[in-house]
Amino acid sequence: MTDEQTPTPQPAPPDGRARLRESLRRPSSRGQVIVAVLLAVLGFAAVTQVKANDKDDQYVGARQGDLVQYINNLSLASQRTEAEIARLQQTRDALRSDTRSRRTAVERAQQQADTLGIMAGTVPVVGSGVRVTVTDEKGGVGSNQLLEGLEELRDAGAEAIELNNRVRVVAQSSLKDVDGGVIVDGKVLRAPYVIEAIGSPHDLATALDFKGGFIDEVQRPDVDGQVETQESDTVEISTVVEPAAPQYAKPGATG
Amino acid sequence: MIAAVGLLIGVLLGLVLQPEVPIWLEPYLPIAVVAALDAVFGALRAFLDGIFDDKVFVVSFVSNVLIAAVIVYLGDKLGVGGQLSTGVIVVLGIRIFSNVAAIRRHIFHA
Repeated sequence: MTDEQTPTPQPAPPDGRARLRESLRRPSSRGQVIVAVLLAVLGFAAVTQVKANDKDDQYVGARQGDLVQYINNLSLASQRTEAEIARLQQTRDALRSDTRSRRTAVERAQQQADTLGIMAGTVPVVGSGVRVTVTDEKGGVGSNQLLEGLEELRDAGAEAIELNNRVRVVAQSSLKDVDGGVIVDGKVLRAPYVIEAIGSPHDLATALDFKGGFIDEVQRPDVDGQVETQESDTVEISTVVEPAAPQYAKPGATG
Repeated sequence: MIAAVGLLIGVLLGLVLQPEVPIWLEPYLPIAVVAALDAVFGALRAFLDGIFDDKVFVVSFVSNVLIAAVIVYLGDKLGVGGQLSTGVIVVLGIRIFSNVAAIRRHIFHA
């Protein structure tokens, strides 16, 4: 720092104001160019510094201790956040597995309902099976023969049976002879009888056709009916029974 | 006149180019700017007193900036950078005030 700040008293008649005015009017001295260059550098540096300061003033000029403090705070915050993330992930996993087990339970219940519905005859079913047509021109086929046929089919693993597209044969079904036909579950069926059964087509067909079996029985001379067995990949059983709440039976202890 | 134009050009350059401050320069630039301001105000006062010398101005400008930077550097090395920067700013601020007071007296006669 040199001595231009300590002015010696100057007897020059023109005062500062006049000198300033004059220099603004006649801008040509060598000194002014140098001053201009240095002022340009100063302006440039000042603006740059202001810009840099605007950008982020939180950490610039911070001491080492402050910076360590900042870092500690940040790592604490990130630890907290990570713990929070872990907790939320746990919750999410728990919820997800909850949903999964609930869905599994629902699926199992649905499966069971389907199975029971098929067994109880409360839902329409479709599947491979046989269609047995019993023609009876002489009126010899009755409940005996039909019952035998149904039992053979059951034996062979028939899962659903329907008679004449009108009656679903279930555990509670009953057959009774009546003049010119058979009453099954209160409905009068007349020949030709069509027994539709769902199961393994081959097993079912075989079960009906053995010595002394259903077909033999129907084609006996004193009955004299005709049986036609047709294996099919799609047998549709559309009739259902209304499930009746049991009046006397109650579930007992299992196992 | 040319001096004012130079200052204007510098400011405009800074605004247009928007330079990044290099990381090694970051601690020194603010102090250097204040030191340069002190030199400029001293020069203006000397000019108004009629004793302005461009050689003296250049030397005082450069030495002000360098000394300010060295003080900050030393302060950082000694672990008292913050305090020393504050001290430099205070001293330069006082000088700027007294210079501006002298300038004011010249221009406004008050």
